[in-house]
Formats: sequence, C-alpha cells, structure tokens
Amino acid sequence: MANDPISQFNISKLLQLDVGGYDISFTNSSLFMVATVAASAAFLIFTTSGRGLIPTRLQSISEMLYEFVAGLLRDSAGSEGMKFFPIVFSLFTFILVANLLGMFPYFFTVTSHIIVTAALAFGVIGMVIVYGFYKNGLGFLKLFVPSGVPGVLIPVVVLIEVISFLSRPISLSVRLFANVLAGHITLKVFAGFVVSLSGLGLGGVIGAILPLAFAVALTGLEFLVAFLQAYVFAILTCMYINDAIHPSH
Amino acid sequence: MIHRCSVRLFRALFPVMVINMTENPQDQPKDEELAKRLERLKSNLEGPDSIAAEAEQDERTRADRARSKAGIAQAFRLSSEFIAGVVVGGGIGYAIDTFFETSPWGLIIFLLLGFAAAVLNVLRAAGMVAQSEMSLKTVQEHQKRTDKQDQNE
Repeated sequence: MANDPISQFNISKLLQLDVGGYDISFTNSSLFMVATVAASAAFLIFTTSGRGLIPTRLQSISEMLYEFVAGLLRDSAGSEGMKFFPIVFSLFTFILVANLLGMFPYFFTVTSHIIVTAALAFGVIGMVIVYGFYKNGLGFLKLFVPSGVPGVLIPVVVLIEVISFLSRPISLSVRLFANVLAGHITLKVFAGFVVSLSGLGLGGVIGAILPLAFAVALTGLEFLVAFLQAYVFAILTCMYINDAIHPSH
Repeated sequence: MIHRCSVRLFRALFPVMVINMTENPQDQPKDEELAKRLERLKSNLEGPDSIAAEAEQDERTRADRARSKAGIAQAFRLSSEFIAGVVVGGGIGYAIDTFFETSPWGLIIFLLLGFAAAVLNVLRAAGMVAQSEMSLKTVQEHQKRTDKQDQNE
C-alpha cells in the first residue's frame, strides 16, 4: 500500500477490454460499482423476502429507507412526483452504499471520481429537461422567465436564470465528489501522521496519540458525510423534478 | 402517565419545601454532606431544570440535533451552489470568447452574470428568494390535494 494520500484513487484495469477502439476495460471502479449495486439489491431483496406484517429488524431498515425517500420526494415534488420514485430511490441507495463501502479500508470509493458523480448529475438534469419538455411543451421555458419582471430586465434575468440552471449539474456533482475526495485524503493524511510519528521512538508514539484521535473522529465525520451527501443529492433531485412538473417559478 | 403525575406532584410540593428550607435558618443541618444534598435539591427544585423542563430540554436538543444535521447539508449546498454559478458563468464566457473571438468581453460579461446567478442560487437555496405567487399557488393547491388524498386514505 503506497503511503501517499492520492494513490487510493488510482484506477487499475482488472480486465482488459477493447471494443472498436474504445477502452472499456473492467476496472476496480467498475468492480465496486457492481459491488455497490449487488450489495444494495441483495440487502433489499433478502430483507424484504419475508414480507412479515410485523417486520424483523432488517426488514424495518429496508422499510425505513423506503419511507425516508418516499417522504422526501412527496414533500418536495408532491404525489405527482412519485412516478420518479424508482430513480430517486436508486440514486440515494447507490450513493449511500458506495460511500459506505468506501469507508472500508483498502476499498475503492466510487463517488470520489468526478466522472461518476457528473454522470449521475447530468443524468438527473437530462431527465428533468426531457420530462419537462414532454410534460409542459414549450411552457417548460417559463422556468427561465420569472413572472413580474419588467420587460427591460427580461434578457438579463433570463441569462442569469439559464446560467443558474446550467450550474445545477455542476454543483450537484462537484459537491458529492469533492466531499468524498477531501474526506478520504484527510483521513489518509492523519493516519499517515500516526505511522510516521510512531516510527520515531517513545516520544513519537506519545505524539501520535493526537492524530490518532483525529483519525477516529474524522472516521465518524466521514460516516456522517457519506449519509448527508446521499441525502443532499436525493433531495436536490426531488427539487429539480418538482421544477420539471411545475415549471412556473 | 406516571411520569406526568410525578412531575405535577413535584411542582405541587416544591414551593412548600422551598419555603420550609429558606424560612428556618436555625434548621441548618450540621452534617456537611446533608447540607450539600439539600443545596442540590434546592437548586434542582428552584432552577429551570425541574423534571418537566428537563424533558422539554431533552426534546429540544433532539430537535436541535436534527436541525444541525439539516444545517450541515444546507452548508454543503450553499458553498457549492455559489462556486458552480461563477464557474459556469466564466466557462460560458470563455467558450463564447474562443468561438467568436470577442476576448475579453464574453468572459467579463458572463463572469458577472455568473456571479449574479451564483448569488441567486445561494439565495434560492437558503429560501431567501420568495418563489413567485404563481408557483406558490400551485404548491399550495398541491398541498391541499395531497392532504385530501391522505385523509381519504
């Protein structure tokens, strides 16, 4: 295991694949994406297979997860938005499980690469745009024209609104990726302090207590961030879906 | 239920006890430990930390904790919304400059517009910009409809 804090994000090819000049090798990132999907699907299927009227502990975790996302979506997009429940639920569980899997030592964190989070975010925004035009026709463009703006200001306001809309996928993807990346680097740096300090003899070992305590505290913080980022991603997806359903803002 | 009753009982008892304790100075306990215990009891009874208040505070801290979690989520949002607005504005300006060779005007104008969009993003994320009446109405109607549905269910 290399000692520098960046090498944990290295992509390594596990299976060389080349189709039509495109490199589609199966990498460690792909492996952990598959593991994420497999773990979440397996958990949900196995825990709910009992279908107990009185849920077991594991079944109630699955039910809480469902209720949580459903409540989130219903609160921000109304019951009309419930047809988007599958995608929001999938996004939430994918990000949550990917973040949590990344907390295991030696595991790869899928969401620490901006290409993954950007793909998720642009997927969401693409869906919102397509559904918005499908549902409202050109009325969807009202999203960019707030009502009650004097005519002179409309070009400027529309430009600002368009930029504001375009910044959504960027902020959505950068936030998730940056938090996960920064958290893992900080964790690794503090853990590295412990190792190099304790190599200095007795004084170093005593001195290493402080970074060790920090590493423990940061691990707790990372678990919080893992959940919060999935939550923020899901709730913003819900709000954008709400914009697609009711574009007049 | 029992808890409630005991709280009421305490409240009913405690003025009497306080008067008893404060009005008889010659009743000073000789034992120091006893004095300390009495002091603690007195402060417990007099202070805002009576049992009911404690339960209330417990609830409040729980609510605070939930709110602070939402607060952290909000903080993550605000910072990234602002940066994204400026970055996208600057990016559009730069792209226009390279395509139409209008350097540096595209960058200047769109960076400023991006800044405005970023502020708008942040204010909207913080809920400081009121949504216009029309969307408010639709949201309210929506709320009513869903409420009705909930009742029907």
